[in-house]
Amino acid sequence: MSYCKQEGKDQIIFVTKEDHEAPSNAELVEDDPNDPYEDHGLILPNGDINWNCPCLGGMASGPCGQQFKDAFSCFHNSKEEVKGSECIDFFRGMQECMQKYPELYPQEDDNESAPSGEAESFQTSNNANKNKTSSYS
Amino acid sequence: MADLPTTTTYLETSQQDDTGVPSPTINTRGRFLLRHERTPQFVQPAHMSSGPSGGGGENTLYFVLVGATCLAGGAYAYSTLVGDRERYQQRITEIESRSSKPAAEPSTPAKTQPETAEPVSEAVVEPSIAEPVQEEAPVPEPAAELVTEAPAPEAVPEPPVAEPCLAEPVVEEVTPEAPVLEAAPELVVASEAPAPETPASEAPAPEEPAPEAAASQEPDSGAPTPEAPAPEAPVPEVSAPEAALEESAPEIVPEPPVAEHLVAEEPVTEALVTEAVSAEPLPAAEAEIVPETPPVTQSASEPASAAASTAVEPTHAPYLLIGGGTASFAAARSIRARDPGARVLIVTEEDDLPYMRPPLSKELWFSDDPTVTETLRFKQWNGKERSIYFQPSSFYVSPTELESVENGGVAVLTGRKVMHMDVRGNKVKLSDGTEISYDKCLIATGGIPRNLQVIERAGDEVMKRTTLFRKIEDFKALEKVSRELKSITIIGGGFLGSELACALGRRSADLGLEVVQMFPEKGNMGKVLPEYLSNWTTDKVKKEGVKVLTEAVVKNVTYKEGKVEIKLKDGRVVKTDHVVAAVGLEPSVELAKSAGLEIDSDFGGFRVNAELQARSNIWVAGDAACFYDIKLGRRRVEHHDHAVVSGRLAGENMTGARKPYWHQSMFWSDLGPDVGYEAIGIVDSSLPTVGVFAKATAKDTPKAATEQSGTGIRSESETEAVAGSVAVGKAAPTPPPQQKEDYGKGVIFYLRDKVVVGIVLWNVFNRMPIARKIIKDGEEHADLNEVAKLFNIHEE
Repeated sequence: MSYCKQEGKDQIIFVTKEDHEAPSNAELVEDDPNDPYEDHGLILPNGDINWNCPCLGGMASGPCGQQFKDAFSCFHNSKEEVKGSECIDFFRGMQECMQKYPELYPQEDDNESAPSGEAESFQTSNNANKNKTSSYS
Repeated sequence: MADLPTTTTYLETSQQDDTGVPSPTINTRGRFLLRHERTPQFVQPAHMSSGPSGGGGENTLYFVLVGATCLAGGAYAYSTLVGDRERYQQRITEIESRSSKPAAEPSTPAKTQPETAEPVSEAVVEPSIAEPVQEEAPVPEPAAELVTEAPAPEAVPEPPVAEPCLAEPVVEEVTPEAPVLEAAPELVVASEAPAPETPASEAPAPEEPAPEAAASQEPDSGAPTPEAPAPEAPVPEVSAPEAALEESAPEIVPEPPVAEHLVAEEPVTEALVTEAVSAEPLPAAEAEIVPETPPVTQSASEPASAAASTAVEPTHAPYLLIGGGTASFAAARSIRARDPGARVLIVTEEDDLPYMRPPLSKELWFSDDPTVTETLRFKQWNGKERSIYFQPSSFYVSPTELESVENGGVAVLTGRKVMHMDVRGNKVKLSDGTEISYDKCLIATGGIPRNLQVIERAGDEVMKRTTLFRKIEDFKALEKVSRELKSITIIGGGFLGSELACALGRRSADLGLEVVQMFPEKGNMGKVLPEYLSNWTTDKVKKEGVKVLTEAVVKNVTYKEGKVEIKLKDGRVVKTDHVVAAVGLEPSVELAKSAGLEIDSDFGGFRVNAELQARSNIWVAGDAACFYDIKLGRRRVEHHDHAVVSGRLAGENMTGARKPYWHQSMFWSDLGPDVGYEAIGIVDSSLPTVGVFAKATAKDTPKAATEQSGTGIRSESETEAVAGSVAVGKAAPTPPPQQKEDYGKGVIFYLRDKVVVGIVLWNVFNRMPIARKIIKDGEEHADLNEVAKLFNIHEE
């Protein structure tokens, strides 16, 4: 059973699982999708990539940032059957750059899977962001 | 006349009776007035004591005294004004003498060698002279600090030798001495020019990127420019310029053939580096050498180091970030992401690259690695290791390459403090004298730990045994202390104090260390958590092995018999080996004075608007920023996530985003493996609170939360979604069974005028987005239990 007590100005409520099973009737304000102040996750409302998204880590801002941006912009805008198939040059460029900084971009996988691995992670973070209730850059 | 009474009594309103005859009487205030008798004819009806001096004695005395005071005041004022003028004159003459001194000296040698001057000007190829001179201009200018007077004196004794050499050096290859000597006479020649020109040439000097090019095109300017080097040269009083000259000579010899442009940008460093000079091609090189020799001789011991820094240090940074902490790094990252090819320069007082602070009082202490103080890597609960440095050094470009590297980058200048900021001129001056101009500037200077007055007054022996914990070196020192000493006392019951107490408490058993924590509040986190929770927390801290002294106010601290003795106001005494003071942070706002920026009197820190802007091209972020939060009002926040959020926002605004502070930052704390919480908004224990609790299960511990999310720093899991799969760590060990009324897990709402302004998630993790939403809404909720349902506190 839940109960409540007051300690001065502080109120304390103990609740059981059952008490909290009924859905909440607390009202939350609707989020405005076009809120100019709000952080927008990976994809901005106008479709551009938010390079400043924390989900990208430091990828867009490091020494290979330019190559990364080129590769992923191409991938993002790609409308091919196999998404990103025409972007292989950009990805190669990015890989070459990353190989120069092994400390920053540890090469865990072998080279072939690297670009596709990147693409996967890119997609995952994409979806992950859409699922979040609130967006935080 | 009889002797007059004292002035005071005299000045009191005289009391007269109707007859108008003054008499000894008691006035309205009951004071007995002493008045000497006046003869009737001197009586004046009811008028001020300062009337016509018929009254004689008293009036006279009055006038004398007042007059004397006026005279004295006048004399003082006069002498001050005169003195002021004198002092001003002195100052001006002193300044002039400084600048004229270089000029004066050169002119002396110059005068003594009019002949050399002439042959120089004649024989020597004008352009070539111009070049070296020109070169020298920038060189000496920066080298001013180095004081390069050597050339001048030397030039004097060597004019005859120089003469014949003059012709040669100017030309391409030069014999070893020639260039050197030549330079000397040239300097001398140059010195002929009036001193005033020196400043003029000095001014443009630093600006010249390619003095060589300019020089070759302005043979005429050779005349005035020589002065620059000349005056500079004389300035320093080098004792062995010759030696220097000779040194540089041989070095030049091997290089003369090189005919690239002179990199005269950083003459200072180059000047110092004779090798650098020798690396320079052509005749100009010699000229360079001359001014450089003085510096070389000056810093004879430095040629090696000088040689090392041949590169040019930046004099301009499009984005200048003052301070090398979390906010600064977040801003750098943001700028680079939004402005392709951006060149960002971070200037930091510390010797370390940007790093994160929270592990210094938490994870680093839990590490099993004995070399942790060197590697500064910590293992997160799930086994993933990372360094406290945000990025390894290969991420950054070298400051000297910043202006030229193709795609821009982030460079860090360590070990320099920004001493002076010129907002009108858009430039800053560093502690080593370098000036850097900027287009946009971020101030992220953070703060320095506060100290207790009683400790500061306690003397060196106590200060030696006190740690003000903030930086990496403090962590290293304290870690060493914890292994070597037997007792450590922590003063302060807030985040830092409690975290350190828990961290040290965990080690106390293994190390045989006594850990004491004392603070004036009633319980740990007394200013943050409501009392019942604070008490509960204190119990947990005690269970970690810490001796907690609550309601402890330190009265004084002394060093006695090899121990630090802390006396409390209520009489308790604590004897310990080492003290850690965790009593708050003083924001670093020294730049406000020179920059003319506003400081907030309520919260401290630089006052900025909702977009973190102090001026049109100056932003402030992190601990030092007192900003306007649209939802919660003006505040200053000292937490890691706020530094990240505000740094990122400042970076966005520096690249034109114009967004206000909107995304609410969070903070967290772990007090041992069983007590952890995340919080957001204004969490002040003086506000009324409503806490909704459930019983905690084995899975509700900070350990389990991090294992789940795969990160060790919870704000990371918040803001940086980790792409890809996450390795699940070992299951958390079952905590001891909970008793009734145990505040195992729950949500606490902090209310201000019935609106939720702060939320603490107590052992409930990964719910921050909901908390953030509630605060953003800013609604009045009738039943907070309903709101608490949104958090699903009974589930994982």
